[in-house]
Amino acid sequence: MLNWDWDFTWTILPRLLSATVNTILAAGLGYAIAVVLGLVLALLQRTRSPIFTASVREIIEFVRSTPLVLQVFFVFYVAPQFGITLSPWVAGMLSIGVHYAAYLSEVYRGGIDSVPKGQWEAATSLNLSTTRTYFRIVIPQALPPSLAGMGNYLVGIFKDTPILSVIGVAELMHAANSIGAETYRFLEPYTLVGIIFLAISLPTAALIRAFEGWMRRKLGLT
Amino acid sequence: MTDETHASFPLRLEGANVPMVSFRKVTKRYGSLVVLDSLDLDVAEGEMVTIIGPSGSGKTTVLRTLMTLDSINDGVIYVDGEPLTHMSDGTKLVPANQRHLRKMRSKIGMCFQHFHLFPHMTALENCMEGPVNVLGLSKKEARERSEELLRMVGMADKRDQHPSRLSGGQQQRVAIARALAMRPKVMLFDEVTSALDPEVIGEVTGVIKKLVSEHNLTMLMVTHQMGFARQISDRVSFFYKGRIEEQGTPDELFGDPKKERTQQFLSAVREAV
Repeated sequence: MLNWDWDFTWTILPRLLSATVNTILAAGLGYAIAVVLGLVLALLQRTRSPIFTASVREIIEFVRSTPLVLQVFFVFYVAPQFGITLSPWVAGMLSIGVHYAAYLSEVYRGGIDSVPKGQWEAATSLNLSTTRTYFRIVIPQALPPSLAGMGNYLVGIFKDTPILSVIGVAELMHAANSIGAETYRFLEPYTLVGIIFLAISLPTAALIRAFEGWMRRKLGLT
Repeated sequence: MTDETHASFPLRLEGANVPMVSFRKVTKRYGSLVVLDSLDLDVAEGEMVTIIGPSGSGKTTVLRTLMTLDSINDGVIYVDGEPLTHMSDGTKLVPANQRHLRKMRSKIGMCFQHFHLFPHMTALENCMEGPVNVLGLSKKEARERSEELLRMVGMADKRDQHPSRLSGGQQQRVAIARALAMRPKVMLFDEVTSALDPEVIGEVTGVIKKLVSEHNLTMLMVTHQMGFARQISDRVSFFYKGRIEEQGTPDELFGDPKKERTQQFLSAVREAV
């Protein structure tokens, strides 16, 4: 029989909501790292040196092929043996940011590949430098087709933040675990965590779709 | 290419009547396919040369190698007396580096069959992009120059439209203005009317005619519009298998072609119309 205690629910809600701020912060910061680093990784794969390009590809494949939770453990517990000691927050942000950067670089790569060859040739015929060609011509056109994929990974990174609870980042899952350990009640905290995740993920996905449409119109692509 | 073959090419073309564009024994291969076969072609300053020929004869490749979109396998291309595909290391020609290509490219402008306007920029922004970001003009100067050119091609009233809102003919006219905004010495037109609906071809050919009559630009054009080529060219080159099979004034080439292949091509084209 379901034994839902409303009074208990109201008591723990403020604590969970304040942990939600940390979850959003973790997802946001991790995503910011991923968005920038992912673009760097995508661009590094397009250099003239085939060896360099291949090495970057291998690194991306390695990151994509190992579990995030393992990478988090490595950065937090193993890195100190090499003299790199990071706080749970920094270790968490870094691992999640790098992990998602590997995925986002593939999204960008697809977006960049979707820009027609003629655009590059027109840029060359105007004598634009490679850097300007990327930042003024190619990336603005690569972005709209990348937005759907980028949005998926924003929701993905948000849903993966509970992994950070394993190294003690005080996010939502960590708070729910603590409440359970203190009170031996698990139904309410975990249910609330699910509802909070849902309440943030669903509108975010809708917002991303709206943003994608806005961006296309803004860039005159539709 | 070996150094010996380089040595037979001058470091720069000097003297009177240096051609604006000079292909010297230029060969371009795609794998085993020879697209340009030891091509020699000179274009004088201010001359309008039209290249015609069957598909695969290397017409477009001439323009693409000149724009440095494609590299060449052999020979040297000179523009304005200086080597384009190569540069001097003091005593001999060596393949050009990026820096040299960028310097030389500024002399050349190109319009494409499918326009290739930047879709995220308005007509005006398309024209201003190069002048601001390559030539280093102020926004104000670039805007004035671009607006004047858009007026010249009859697109002043559409300057704030994105390409997706423009017809093919309008897009091509903006593309011509965009190329001219860089003040090139040589303009290349690669089948600029081939992707257009018949009723708008005239608005693009009209702009090119105006350029020929009012500006002292050197122009190379690849086209299938034989009537247009006959009207505006100083010289017409018939290409066949990567070489010039026959060339002459429009009246000579269209009115009295000497070579059998030229005659065959021209009669085939006339039948198709």
